[in-house]
Amino acid sequence: MGTRNYRRKTSHSEHGPGDGGRTGSWRVERPVLNTSLCIPCKRNAEACFMCWLFCPEVVISRTIPPAIDLEYCKGCGICAEECPTKAITMVDEADFTDEDKDKE
Amino acid sequence: MHIIENGNVAAALGVLLCRVNVIAAYPITPQTPLTERLSEYVESGEMQAEYIPVESEHSALAVCIAASSAGARTFTATSANGLLYMHEQVQWAAGARLPIVMCVVNRAVGAPWNVWNDQQDSISQRDTGWIQMYCSDHQQIIDAVIKAYWLAEKVSIPIMVCYDGYILSHTYMPFDVPDQEKVDAFLSPFRPDYALNPDQPANLNTVTLPDVRMDVRGELAHGYMEIRYLLQEEMRTSLTVAAEAEKRFADIFGRGGDPYIEPYLCADAQYIAVGLGSLTYQLRVSVDVLRKEGIKVGVMGVRFYRPFPDEALAEALKGKKGVIVFEKALSYGYEGALVSDLKSALYDHLAGTGVMPMVQNIILGIGGRDIRTEDLTQALRAAAKSRVSRQPVWIGLKL
Ligand code: SF4
Ligand code: SF4
Repeated sequence: MGTRNYRRKTSHSEHGPGDGGRTGSWRVERPVLNTSLCIPCKRNAEACFMCWLFCPEVVISRTIPPAIDLEYCKGCGICAEECPTKAITMVDEADFTDEDKDKE
Repeated sequence: MHIIENGNVAAALGVLLCRVNVIAAYPITPQTPLTERLSEYVESGEMQAEYIPVESEHSALAVCIAASSAGARTFTATSANGLLYMHEQVQWAAGARLPIVMCVVNRAVGAPWNVWNDQQDSISQRDTGWIQMYCSDHQQIIDAVIKAYWLAEKVSIPIMVCYDGYILSHTYMPFDVPDQEKVDAFLSPFRPDYALNPDQPANLNTVTLPDVRMDVRGELAHGYMEIRYLLQEEMRTSLTVAAEAEKRFADIFGRGGDPYIEPYLCADAQYIAVGLGSLTYQLRVSVDVLRKEGIKVGVMGVRFYRPFPDEALAEALKGKKGVIVFEKALSYGYEGALVSDLKSALYDHLAGTGVMPMVQNIILGIGGRDIRTEDLTQALRAAAKSRVSRQPVWIGLKL
């Protein structure tokens, strides 16, 4: 089946995970959250959520703690850059075992 | 109401009547008086539009792209190097399927610098995915602008309304300015399928993969190739939609004709001159002279260049002895672009039928070189006698 009946004639993507496709194995670094530094986690109240706001893939939830959907996360590092408390760090994918990866 | 004005004002009045919402333009001769006139309409309150002065043509079209994406009816105009400077955005507007209307007031391109008329500017944009209409007088300019909005919005494809610099843009002639009520009856407000809306955020025209993909709703979305195929498909369909536009226009305004071609004394002619724009009206004088000499010639203006009305042209030219294509532009290293397209159409539709006319190409008026009617007559007379050359023949050249 093709795209003949798709509702747009142009390239039109909406807010949500996965519009650029699954990330697969090419991500170089993954974001890792340290809840002891994260503001909403510490206060146990809605706050900050700069990571949720800035993630271009829309894969960070506005929850306590914020959850990152690694299936679609591209590893761009914007969340880590924007986090005011450095609660998110970008860690080399090579540091994770295949088992870790399977759990994603 | 009949008035006597110049071609740029005819275009400006068309834009005013179409209730355009956003105008962004950068001045360049010979287009400047058109956008100046529009800025006056906006300044005086006669026109309820946003006039956005920009620092370049590239920005002018970028503004129109953004405004059109937000659901505004938009207009810009340019000429020559200004058009070349916006070339990247020209392609973008077509791929984004935005119904922008732009007047191209035809002028030679540099180098060397030259501000006079030829058609190299718009012809060089042939393959960008824009519809191109060519006008031969002021009535056609104002009417074409109005038709262009209807057509562009119907097929979601941008349109260039092209008319000759100075010859039309700066000369005065009488024309009818349609009543606002009639224009409103012809053209309803722009209502796109999707317009930028914070309540329904979307990314438009971001990186689109070679292959199709599942979108966030789990629906199979186009890859780049499907989007480009649809542009081609709907460009071809817009030939039919253009005929509908012409008919609707004629019903409401009482004028119009063949949407694609404008023939003059062609029915019984053995030789037909073909061209784009005002030149075809000048050629009518030559046709009249030659008819008196007993030479059966006619002239045909091509009103639509893209999409190319191949079938209509082949039908109109089949069985003729010769076709002489006069062009104020060329594809360097070969011949005029129009003659190549025309030969391709004739081959497609008439090959093997025995009614294929001989085709010749004449290049003239480059960079505003004076086009003397006697020279046109002489060239047409010679071409009707025998095929002068397989190569394009340049007339008016003083080498
Ligand atoms: S690395 Fe980039 S894509 Fe991944 S969660 Fe952070 S901002 Fe989103
Ligand atoms: S930006 Fe940092 S502190 Fe703020 S919610 Fe995200 S992880 Fe927590």
